Amino acid sequence: MITIEHYLILSFIMFALGVAGVLTRRNALILLMSVELMLNAANLALLAFARFTGDQTGHILALFVMTVAAAEAAVGLALVLALFRKRGTVNVDEINSLKG
Amino acid sequence: MSDQTTNILLWIPLVPLIGAFINGLWGRHFPKPLVSLIGCATVGVSFVLSLIASASVLAGHGEIRMVQDVYSWIAIAGLSISVSFVMDALSVIMSLVVSGVSFVIHIYSIGYMHDDDSYARYFSYLNLFVFSMLILVMADSIPLLFVGWEGVGLCSYLLIGFWFEDPEKASAGKKAFIVNRIGDFGFLLGMFILFGAAETLSFDGLAEAVTAGTITPYIATAACLLLFVGATGKSAQIPLYVWLPDAMAGPTPVSALIHAATMVTAGVYMIARLGFLYSIAPTASAVVALVGGATALFAATIGITQRDIKKVLAYSTVSQLGYMMIGVGVGAYFAGVFHLMTHAFFKACLFLGSGAVIHALSGEQDIMRMGGLRKKLPWTYWTFLVSTIAIAGFPPFSGFFSKDEILWKAMSTASNAGWATGWVHMAAYLMGLIGAAITSFYMFRLVFLTFHGKSRLDPHVHVHHEMPVMSWPLAVLAFLAFIGGWVNASLAGIHGFKHFLDPVTGHAQEAAVTLKHFAHSHSAEWAAAAASVIAGLIGLFLAWQMYIKNPDMPGNVAKSLRGVYRMLFNKYWVDEIYETLVINPIHRFSIFMWKIIDVIIIDGIGVNGPARFMKRLGGIGRALQSGNVQTYAFWLFTGAAGILIYLIYVAEIL
Repeated sequence: MITIEHYLILSFIMFALGVAGVLTRRNALILLMSVELMLNAANLALLAFARFTGDQTGHILALFVMTVAAAEAAVGLALVLALFRKRGTVNVDEINSLKG
Repeated sequence: MSDQTTNILLWIPLVPLIGAFINGLWGRHFPKPLVSLIGCATVGVSFVLSLIASASVLAGHGEIRMVQDVYSWIAIAGLSISVSFVMDALSVIMSLVVSGVSFVIHIYSIGYMHDDDSYARYFSYLNLFVFSMLILVMADSIPLLFVGWEGVGLCSYLLIGFWFEDPEKASAGKKAFIVNRIGDFGFLLGMFILFGAAETLSFDGLAEAVTAGTITPYIATAACLLLFVGATGKSAQIPLYVWLPDAMAGPTPVSALIHAATMVTAGVYMIARLGFLYSIAPTASAVVALVGGATALFAATIGITQRDIKKVLAYSTVSQLGYMMIGVGVGAYFAGVFHLMTHAFFKACLFLGSGAVIHALSGEQDIMRMGGLRKKLPWTYWTFLVSTIAIAGFPPFSGFFSKDEILWKAMSTASNAGWATGWVHMAAYLMGLIGAAITSFYMFRLVFLTFHGKSRLDPHVHVHHEMPVMSWPLAVLAFLAFIGGWVNASLAGIHGFKHFLDPVTGHAQEAAVTLKHFAHSHSAEWAAAAASVIAGLIGLFLAWQMYIKNPDMPGNVAKSLRGVYRMLFNKYWVDEIYETLVINPIHRFSIFMWKIIDVIIIDGIGVNGPARFMKRLGGIGRALQSGNVQTYAFWLFTGAAGILIYLIYVAEIL
């Protein structure tokens, strides 16, 4: 029997992987992908709650998150592309000229 | 006394101010004759206007006075000060002397300064000086008088330091200004005391307050002593006379202007003007007389040994101002003003004469390197001689009448005044009498060394011819120095000057508690006059013995009285004493204030301390701003996790 806990644990694992990716990976593209992973973990949690409580609002919210994620990905990729053209690298360790 | 309103009084000081303004702003671009014309004509106009304004005062025998209320200057709460000018008997004499003698000096300056690059600047300052002095003598209230008082202080700074490229001359200007500031501080305090007691500062108001008893003798004494501190600065009395000998750094006509017509007479004038106040403060008056007497004698002794022709005259001025102080100190205000006037004539003449000598010798000022100039500079010699006889006090020259009047008043009041005051007056008289002998000695020494004997000139020096533009002023002044005393030849029964001034200063004498009833013994007066003439003759005889008959004698005397000679030659080391006692401690204190208080405490702890603290704090914050996105993300997650943990486990909301 698959219960809501399973979904939530999976969602937590995905989210934790996303966080770990954002914090540890150096490639800006991978960073963006990790952010997507975190968003999808949130989507999974939303859908699981919607399914198990019978409240349809969660489905609607998940759709919104996907829309925003698509827009975010477009802007993010454009930024990465611009960054690459400008600096010739997508390694975030090297992109730190805004330090104090 | 009746008042007449008029509208020309304003123009008397204003015209020289306009001249100063024009020459100061555009004079550089004008040709020199135009600058001279503006400079001289404006003062000339002042003189003529003073004559016009004084006509009715003179016609009314001093019982009439002219007033002009120009505008309300300060009006707040209980204080209302207006810029008003008044022309009474005292102001008439002062403004005529100031504008007249200044006019002559201006003319002379055309010749003396004709080679100077800053010609227009010079005339601009000169006009400003006359403006300030005229404000001073025509003011109807102490604050307005103070405006002129400060104005002459400023102009003296500008003119003494006229050749400011020379640091020594620039510092002489600063010295004059700073020493005068010390005096002015006392003057201000005195003014505040008077305002506190009478709530008015106009001369009329103060006189009423004295009559009404609002100003008690105690207040008057305190105020008079403080005002006298101001007078010791301006009129170069002990202990603040030190600036005046250094003031010789300025061009010689400026020395004449400062010494004769403007500036130094301000203190004497102020005391005469406030005679009604000084006469209810006998202690303060006694102090004035005593300081005056001491200065008269002290400065005269220094004059004996000086070698710089202008320095001798400078100490002579200090000494003569001492006589004027004796006069106003013993309550004979008219006598002080009388001597002020005659002194203006002969001292202006002496200074301009010394200027002519210096000019003719291309800048030589050491009398030991002069001699025998009588034939080469006849105009200068004769006018100088006339003025010397006048200052030495031989009849019938002007100095005799005025100096004798002062000494006689000092002596005659000594017997009538109380014990202590009488003692002071007697002391002042004796110091004045001895001073008279010394005055005669050093002045004739100056004449003999400069004009008589063999020439000790540097053989390379070519003696220039006298210029008419410089000789004529000398002649005018010498003439005045000769006859000026006859306006009040009391021995011959002429009291015109005294009676003219009586409406202004006479009531003061009558109000005086201890100073009233001058003795009117005619034989005593003759005896006093004889004593001063004999004193003068002794001085003349000694000078003749030492500098004409036995030219070796001065050296021998100096050798046998080595200690005394050195003390006099070094001016009693007063400058050095001031340096040790006053200037050095202040200097050290200032360094302490600078290095410790300012640099370490105020700048270090007060200003830079907080800045340094903020900088450290910023340094910590700076480390957070690494520019690395992932570090920011880490803090973001940590923060979010922290908030979640707080909400769940501590606040237990979720």
